[in-house]
Amino acid sequence: MNTNILQVKDPILAIENLSVAYDKNVAVKDVTVGIKKNTVTAIMGPSGCGKSTLLRALNRMHELYENIHTTGSVTLNGEDIFKMSAIKLRRQTGMVFQRPNPFPTMSIYDNVIAGYKLNGINQKKQERDEIVERSLRDVALWDEVKDSLTKKGTFLSGGQQQRLCIARALAFNPEIILLDEPTSALDPVATSKIEDLLITLKEHYTIIMVTHNMSQAARISDYSLFMYLGELVEYGKTKNMFTNPQDRRTEEYLTGKFG
Amino acid sequence: MKAINEAENISSRIRKDRVFLGLVVFFSVITVSPIILIISKLIEKGYKQLSFGFLVEKTPDTMEAMTAIANNELIPGGIVNGILGTLLMVAMAAVIAIPIAIITGVYLYENQGKWLANITRNVSDILQGVPSIVLGLISYLWVVKYVTNGFSALAGSVSLAIMMLPMIVRSTEETLKMIPQTLKEAGLALGIPYWRVLTGILIPTGFSGLMTGILLAVSRVIGETAPLMLTALGSRAINMNISKPTSAIPLLIWEFYNDPNMVDMIWSSSLLLMIIVLAFNLTAKQFAANRK
Repeated sequence: MNTNILQVKDPILAIENLSVAYDKNVAVKDVTVGIKKNTVTAIMGPSGCGKSTLLRALNRMHELYENIHTTGSVTLNGEDIFKMSAIKLRRQTGMVFQRPNPFPTMSIYDNVIAGYKLNGINQKKQERDEIVERSLRDVALWDEVKDSLTKKGTFLSGGQQQRLCIARALAFNPEIILLDEPTSALDPVATSKIEDLLITLKEHYTIIMVTHNMSQAARISDYSLFMYLGELVEYGKTKNMFTNPQDRRTEEYLTGKFG
Repeated sequence: MKAINEAENISSRIRKDRVFLGLVVFFSVITVSPIILIISKLIEKGYKQLSFGFLVEKTPDTMEAMTAIANNELIPGGIVNGILGTLLMVAMAAVIAIPIAIITGVYLYENQGKWLANITRNVSDILQGVPSIVLGLISYLWVVKYVTNGFSALAGSVSLAIMMLPMIVRSTEETLKMIPQTLKEAGLALGIPYWRVLTGILIPTGFSGLMTGILLAVSRVIGETAPLMLTALGSRAINMNISKPTSAIPLLIWEFYNDPNMVDMIWSSSLLLMIIVLAFNLTAKQFAANRK
């Protein structure tokens, strides 16, 4: 593996020449990048630059739609993600969406354990209890909801719901967590809670987050990836990119000339 | 001068506004009045006959009715054969139609824009427009002639099931379309296989919507008469054998209409039918309200 092209050493996720097209419309063009383990990597860029499209290629979400075509290669711990079963891949990559989307018919408890239950994995109640408690503690929600685990997930506030969705994604102990603008629907207080959470979570997980909030990327990410019109313009340590961007487009975006 | 004009202008606008409001109220009243008139007429004419016996006794014959009328008494007996027949046939129709329709609805939802789905949807819409008596004829050809070799509850159920199909197909598709796509994606992103996402997340989430569609379809076919005339035929006896002729409430109403001695039974039977249909409708509305 050529670390030069991927730009980081020993990446957990190696993306090479990845392109994604909606019918004939190429949304992500030939992206090559490596993601480092136990870091927060932010994908930035103006609207329509292919941020989410890139993220959603990583757990093969695009396969739900016939008009989307993906080419190139992605390896997770050296294993080609397009060759493993989608189910296995998705258990190793949790995903959190723009708007909190707990399953509306399920209780808080069932939301967290949904991945196990709906996969038909048989467990003792005690095991389930442990997974639920661990996942909710991981997202700092346990103390807030431990007395109302049987209430519907949708009764929580927006920020709590989003943390519940992160807990749901953590329940399987994934390698990577993919977050698609996870705070864009939340108020500032809830946002800062999620940001703090992501910083603590990177001890155990690798986090890739789409954001169009530059200051958020600056606050919590270790690496940043700047995309423009489907291309990867610049990739590097967040600190370096914000203080000394290499590309004119990155600089213009970061200084607010467009975006 | 200008100010005066403006004042006139405003008062004429207020007048127009009032006239318009009056029209709206007038036409709204016209719209709701038939149902109120129908129900009040049914209650006025039917309540006397409506008793516990009416619900648990079989249809009387003409002689009994004639004697009762001559003695200025209420017609004895009831319509339990019709009630049970309706229950049997509608329940069977639901059992036939619901799984087929829901699976078809899921198929349409998952294959938006594909040619086979488009054809299926259009054909289903056309089916909704097929006159119910034609469905009765078809069921006569298929079931009465070849399956039960005679008029039967099964044949009646098949014709009712065909009527229910397009209604439930449409409501299933529309309900699923209203569920946010990200809920499905969230399920799949957890590595849950599609069929479990469907049965464990999408269908429970859309449950109220599906129930609304099913209940409306049921309440629609409960009152169907024409297809049953050609298939279930009717019966004076209580019949629970699906391969034998069976009565139904609307069939009885038709029979009473044709028998001058039974006129009083028309109103009470219609009242009962109306109450049942209303109950289904209101329950469906309740489910639809729960959705929000």
